[in-house]
Amino acid sequence: MNIDSIQNGVVLDHIQAGKSMEIYNLLRLGELDCSVAIIKNVRSNRMGKKDILKIDSPMDLDLDVLGYIDSNITVNTIRNGKLVDKKHLELPRKLVNVIRCKNPRCITVAEPQLDAIFLLNDEGKHTYRCAYCDTEKR
Amino acid sequence: MPRNLIDITDFSVEEIDALIATAEDILENPVKYQDACAHKQLATLFFEPSTRTRLSFESAMLGLGGEVLGFSEASSSSTSKGESVGDTIHTVSCYADIIAMRHPKEGAPYAAAQFSEVPIINAGDGGHNHPTQTLTDLLTIHREKGRLNDFTIGFCGDLKFGRTVHSLVNALSRQSGIHFVFISPDELKMPDYIKENVLDKLGLPYEETSSLEDAMPKLDILYMTRVQKERFFNEADYIRLKDTYVLDPAKLVPAKSDLCILHPLPRVNEITVAVDKDPRACYWKQVKNGKFIRMALIMKLLGIEV
Repeated sequence: MNIDSIQNGVVLDHIQAGKSMEIYNLLRLGELDCSVAIIKNVRSNRMGKKDILKIDSPMDLDLDVLGYIDSNITVNTIRNGKLVDKKHLELPRKLVNVIRCKNPRCITVAEPQLDAIFLLNDEGKHTYRCAYCDTEKR
Repeated sequence: MPRNLIDITDFSVEEIDALIATAEDILENPVKYQDACAHKQLATLFFEPSTRTRLSFESAMLGLGGEVLGFSEASSSSTSKGESVGDTIHTVSCYADIIAMRHPKEGAPYAAAQFSEVPIINAGDGGHNHPTQTLTDLLTIHREKGRLNDFTIGFCGDLKFGRTVHSLVNALSRQSGIHFVFISPDELKMPDYIKENVLDKLGLPYEETSSLEDAMPKLDILYMTRVQKERFFNEADYIRLKDTYVLDPAKLVPAKSDLCILHPLPRVNEITVAVDKDPRACYWKQVKNGKFIRMALIMKLLGIEV
């Protein structure tokens, strides 16, 4: 299968197989005018199978959202057909308005206009806790 | 950004030690501090009723020569018109130099701090935290035991919604040689986020039991709590659990002679009035200490030294 390489844009590599659509939706890539390629189940030595997203337009990505969904993703920035930057993600220390607290006693449930802030609690277990009420989100 | 007290861990162990030292100095020399906060105003915003905490804050500010304003229930504030916490705090921080707030929702003081230009003190947020009660408890333990380390402390009653318990466990987890005993019915056990995120993470020993009688002989401090009706969505659960633990003179027979009995108050029936006469009952001393540690706290957050 041939997919053209991009000239100016972003390639998200090493996406866990099956997660590309979730990322596509979360980053609202469907709203873009440019070409976006979703490549699923690509053979990978390291991962067995992986997904790749190619976005044929320069854009600022919310790396915190990406890191929260899958911290193994590699973000490659392409300019004039050349790789100019490669970022390895990590779990963000702080998430703002990415997930919401489910504790009915939390002020952010009563007042949803407040920023939903979560802090990394345990990197090994991928857990976050609500900065307001300490409720854990796994 | 003003300095706030939202969670007891906002202050270092050294800062808490310094607050306790200041509070003890105020207890000994109240006249020295009587004008420390002259011309300063404390707003007490109580979105949930309270007798002790609100009056303690107000008495503390008046004892420092300052003034107080505020409201004692949500119905007498614009909250009843649907105003957000942020807007209320934004408004009040235009009038007052420092704000003490109690709110039924967990995390409301953390939200308030995002909108305030003056220091915010968490005076209790739902079943979550109550750091000034913790400072009160620490001052009382320090005055009764002469130290904040190397003892066995039992927490008894509602450990699930007991915000004073959560804050005190957090604070004591930073001291050395503390052994925790959690005494509660299954339904009101200490939340996992305290056990896993505080105690397990620090490798601190604790035990859980439902028997106050079994735990009593080993305790140096017994922290009793009330089963709080306002924390239950279901009244039947409250009625079933409210009388699980009642401390009376008979239960104190196997206790150590220097046991220190604490309770954040108000009590309902979990400590009988007969226990009040026991020299080991320290909860009325706690009430008194609460005023003085809050005086020390207000001064610290306003940056006032005497």
